Amino acid sequence: MQFFGGSAEVNPSPLAPAGTGTGLLGNNTYMMYVFNRNGVCLLYREWHRPLKTLDSQQDQKLMFGVLFSLKSFTTKMDPISAEKGSLGVPLLPGQGCSFHSFRTNTYKLSFMESPSGVKIILVTHPKCGDLRESLRYIYNIYVEYVMKNPLYAPGTAIKCELFNTKLDQYIRTIV
Amino acid sequence: MAPVAPRSGEAVFASVERVNAELFTLTYGAIVRQLLTDLEEVEEVNKQLDQMGYNIGIRLIDEFLAKSNVSRCVDFKETAEVIAKVGLKMFLGVTASVTNWDADGSSCSLILEDNPLVDFVELPDTCQGLYYCNILNGVIRGALEMVSMKTEVNWVRDMLRGDDTYELRVKLLKQVPEEYPYKDDE
Repeated sequence: MQFFGGSAEVNPSPLAPAGTGTGLLGNNTYMMYVFNRNGVCLLYREWHRPLKTLDSQQDQKLMFGVLFSLKSFTTKMDPISAEKGSLGVPLLPGQGCSFHSFRTNTYKLSFMESPSGVKIILVTHPKCGDLRESLRYIYNIYVEYVMKNPLYAPGTAIKCELFNTKLDQYIRTIV
Repeated sequence: MAPVAPRSGEAVFASVERVNAELFTLTYGAIVRQLLTDLEEVEEVNKQLDQMGYNIGIRLIDEFLAKSNVSRCVDFKETAEVIAKVGLKMFLGVTASVTNWDADGSSCSLILEDNPLVDFVELPDTCQGLYYCNILNGVIRGALEMVSMKTEVNWVRDMLRGDDTYELRVKLLKQVPEEYPYKDDE
């Protein structure tokens, strides 16, 4: 019988990917966004972002818009799968193929979307490796400390201390 | 990196934390009992249980997705199978069989062979209209809504009401695509 987390120390599965927690410590991660299926920014955290050009609301909207369009674009360009739809036409979350990261000379953006429409975006140092496992791990932290928190109302901004603590701990290990 | 393979219901069930089944059954019983006292009307209790289930379902879906690694289902048939074999197994420890598909594949029945919610339960004469397990409808409806499926879920057969099994009818109303949430002029 499964029930909501009994003990205080819950270990979200899967365990942290191997190779983390070694070598380069500190600010490899620049910032992170979490959006829900309605485009509400549930969480924005930044660890290292010296330069800001937009106010935070505009910045979040722009981020969501870019992801939305890019996903629509990647699905449209897919040469393999027949499941396409027209450019700009709304897709079901998880439908079509999607990108998982892009890299520029100054940063790398990694993206994950769950079928329930939760989008997690990590912006990191461009030399960071494949972060898909890390994103899944963050999704697990989100489930354990946000969705299972009875005081959290779904669809509102995340203000869970424990979640932030766990996130900070984990972010420091990303290389 | 290969995509993470979906895990079977048994595998997830074995790996998650569990609580004593009797504690769970009795706690649920206590909730229903309290609702009957508070709301008085059996119809209202059915509604309230459904609503409670819905609120659970919209949160539960994320835990389900995170732990089972299930990705998007190709069609509603697969969705029903996943609920029956992975979802119910993961959270209730039981599985269901999926039958009675209608012609266009938009509604089906989940038959529960075993239902841990109803151990020790008998409906007294005063609550004959009660759907004791109505919370399950809400959970399934809420969870599916979060993955873009509007559904209607209700009990067709209920052993507490003298039927021979537990049968839950799930009907897909429509699939809601993800819309761009902002207006251009905002």
